[in-house]
Amino acid sequence: MTHIELRGVQKWFGAVQVIKDLNLTIEDGEFIVMLGQSGCGKTTTLRAIAGLETIDEGDILIDGKPVQHLKCSARDIAMVFQSFSLYPHMTVYENIAFPLRATGMGKSGIDEAVRAIAKVLRITELLDRRPSALSGGDMQRVAIGRALVRHPKAMLMDEPIGALDAKLREEMRAEIKRLHVKQGSTTIYVTHDQVEAMSLADRIVIMHEGVLQQVGAPEEVYQQPQNLFVAQFVGSPVMNVSPAIVRSEGADVSVAIDAAVPGFAFPPELLGKLNGHAGSGALKLGIRPEAVLVSRQPQPGYVPVVAHIIEPLGSHDIVDLKVGAEILRARTPSGFVPKAGEAVHARVDPAQAHFFDTSSGKSLGVRL
Amino acid sequence: MTTLTMTTLDPRSRAARRGLSDLSIRNLFIIPTIIFLIVFNIFPLLYSLGYSFTDFRASSNAPANFVGLDNYRTLLNDPFIWSNFAITAKYVIVSVTGQVIVGFGVALLLNREIPFKGLITTLLLLPMMLSMAVVGLFWKLLYDPSFGIINYAFGLGRFEWLSNPDMALYAVALTDIWMWSPFVMLLSLAGLSAVPKHLYEAAAIDRAGPIYTFFRITLPLVAPILMIAIIFRTMEAFKTFDLAYILTSQPTTEVISIRLYKMAFQEWQTGMSCALAYIVLIMVIAITNIYVKYLNKVKER
Repeated sequence: MTHIELRGVQKWFGAVQVIKDLNLTIEDGEFIVMLGQSGCGKTTTLRAIAGLETIDEGDILIDGKPVQHLKCSARDIAMVFQSFSLYPHMTVYENIAFPLRATGMGKSGIDEAVRAIAKVLRITELLDRRPSALSGGDMQRVAIGRALVRHPKAMLMDEPIGALDAKLREEMRAEIKRLHVKQGSTTIYVTHDQVEAMSLADRIVIMHEGVLQQVGAPEEVYQQPQNLFVAQFVGSPVMNVSPAIVRSEGADVSVAIDAAVPGFAFPPELLGKLNGHAGSGALKLGIRPEAVLVSRQPQPGYVPVVAHIIEPLGSHDIVDLKVGAEILRARTPSGFVPKAGEAVHARVDPAQAHFFDTSSGKSLGVRL
Repeated sequence: MTTLTMTTLDPRSRAARRGLSDLSIRNLFIIPTIIFLIVFNIFPLLYSLGYSFTDFRASSNAPANFVGLDNYRTLLNDPFIWSNFAITAKYVIVSVTGQVIVGFGVALLLNREIPFKGLITTLLLLPMMLSMAVVGLFWKLLYDPSFGIINYAFGLGRFEWLSNPDMALYAVALTDIWMWSPFVMLLSLAGLSAVPKHLYEAAAIDRAGPIYTFFRITLPLVAPILMIAIIFRTMEAFKTFDLAYILTSQPTTEVISIRLYKMAFQEWQTGMSCALAYIVLIMVIAITNIYVKYLNKVKER
């Protein structure tokens, strides 16, 4: 049982506050991914949990006990570094055995544990090699093996596959997921790659400038982003965000993203759900590319637009549509819009539209 | 594969106008050095090798007679020479061990963020920059039993450092340690700062204690550069002359180079001393080779 809790954690580097009043609870066996841009404080938070960094205020609790004043060694937490940090003068075997030897475990016990973990990670035949003779993926496996071998209370990973090439990254991602399913250790994983986060996490923690933005399951942060930052950080291609002008003529409600063009049709409930924000003019419409529907023929509810740029991605295309002065990115089947400059028609799916308050960036929580 | 990177001489240059070519400029730089090296190093080396097989005495006009390996045989059978070697070995071990412990220790202390680190390091390096003769002379004063500051500071009364035959060699070694520990410190400091910080973090995460971390992470990673320091210091200590000669004239401090000096320039046994010089040379090369072999083994990983 491992239960990690952060309560009101604050951390300054000189005059810069890198962690701002962070509260987070991590349950036993959970795979948590901390997501954010570089410099958002996610790595610092991870290092603070590991004990490599002190915190200025707040508590870090492991199994209910405050540990912020304890050294790393007393916290019994393992960590995998982005640079792998393998000991260059030791063989793979010695590297994995290091944490066991350091705590004075018996020889036969060490051998058994090292061979068992090597088998799980499929690196048995590499045990006699030195790290310098390993490929990036194998180095990563060794680093994970070294972390897992002593059955730590929790496993921290700081962008563990950030240094690998794209193909290997994908492979290692699956491997990490497989390992987590098999070993079930509580894991906190730091990354700036939202694809990694979405594919690995039980829950994603999104941070920005030291402030926790949203915590939730991958579907949740994708479908119900609480603010503009989360909305634009999660998902690829990025969510379209444009100023929204809500118009109502009789029973028809439409939302335009440029004053000069007709708006997209929305159900009339929108007015009520916007709760008076409709007329304020301080609204933003967020719409993911897959919620922008494109048609080549005019259809009721569709607005005429011009295809601006087409990015063919094989499985689908990303088409930049010019709506007045605004650009709306849409996801279409590949080859759907034959060439740039083509006049097409578009509409947005009201069920997948998000409305944000421009000044605070907060989602208005409108679900249609 | 070697790549030759040599830029050709600019034809508009002053050198080219004077009729110099690339080759002649290269020779102009290299040949004086080579001549110097041949005249002052290689020629005496070979010349003394010839003398080591003769009974030549530079003090007399008697012609040199070829005696074959007699000189070497005599020297290697001479128990006094062997005792000189034993003294030298003892001196090398005490002095180099002391320098490594003190030098590496100080480097460990300096390898962190402390105020005035640069200044402290520079000041610590001063002994190394002094002349051997000067160091010898002022340590003789420091060691002086009646007014020496060492006895005064440690309250040792009239303890005789240099005239006590059992102590004299250690006193010389102590001076050498004082003078050359900074050298070991400097190299160790370079080695220590080259150990990646994240390895220490990894070791801390792996729950290694400070002592375990030192012996399993720090020491193995600094070993190659520390080894270079040890090679240099061993060679120097083996050849030591000035300090021992200036500080004391005890028979217990008669290291091999002092014996050699006496043999060559006081007893004028030129042929014999050439042979001894060669024996010393071979020994130094042999010892250095052992270290170099070990160094290469360490560097492999």
